[in-house]
Amino acid sequence: MATKLWGVAAAALALATLPAAAETISVNVDKLSYTPAEVSAHVGDTIEWVNGDFLAHTATARNKEWDVMIMRNKTGRITLKHGGNLEYYCRFHPNMTGRISVAE
Amino acid sequence: MLLRIIAASAALMLGPAFAMAQGAKPNDAQIAHIAYTADQIDIGAAKLALQKSKNKEVRAFAQDMVRDHTAVNQKALALLKKLNVKPEDNDTSKSLSQQAKATAASLKKLNGAAFDKAYADNEVEYHKTVNGALENTLIPSANNPELKELLQTGLKIFQGHQQHADQVAKSL
Repeated sequence: MATKLWGVAAAALALATLPAAAETISVNVDKLSYTPAEVSAHVGDTIEWVNGDFLAHTATARNKEWDVMIMRNKTGRITLKHGGNLEYYCRFHPNMTGRISVAE
Repeated sequence: MLLRIIAASAALMLGPAFAMAQGAKPNDAQIAHIAYTADQIDIGAAKLALQKSKNKEVRAFAQDMVRDHTAVNQKALALLKKLNVKPEDNDTSKSLSQQAKATAASLKKLNGAAFDKAYADNEVEYHKTVNGALENTLIPSANNPELKELLQTGLKIFQGHQQHADQVAKSL
């Protein structure tokens, strides 16, 4: 009994100190816009772009860190590795722009 | 300098074709034909670039143009079928095609870096002209809401192409 209690307490303690579970944040790509154009995320989260357009797009980091192809009616994703403000655009249609604020 | 003049005159040639459309308000069947023709012209120019250019940026841009304009035209044709509208040839489309032939003829005479620069400059001007026509004539004249919406999406796509072409032209 005592062992069990210790076990529960240890598990609770472990949960409390663990970082929040990684999330997947969806961004719609529709009619040449990323919606929402600005998202807030944490390191470890995944950004998933869902392309509803009849054209291929990309999500390309301004700092060239990543370049994600998003084929028509498909999704593209990246996992955020570090904090900061990331600006991105579509290489094919540079009038499409978005931003991700990543908290450590 | 000569190149610049060739590129500028090729681009200028497209001006009057769209100016004609501003006089009389085109109907949906004519608008569809003009938009389709404008798309086909850009696909033709891109195919010429893929034949002639060895520049990585220019070739990638040309491939983007073939892919996007083909997708737009497929979408447009599907919509016209659904709406039971048959594209109607008209003076604006005819004059666009004639001028595109002249532009292609002057581009064909160029090679290497001279071709790349003239093609990229012409793409900037061509998209600028088409976007002006979409904004000022074709979109306001379109009656059917679905056609209007597709033209509005087309405008955003081609504004993107204009910026992309501008980046390519400046990189050369």
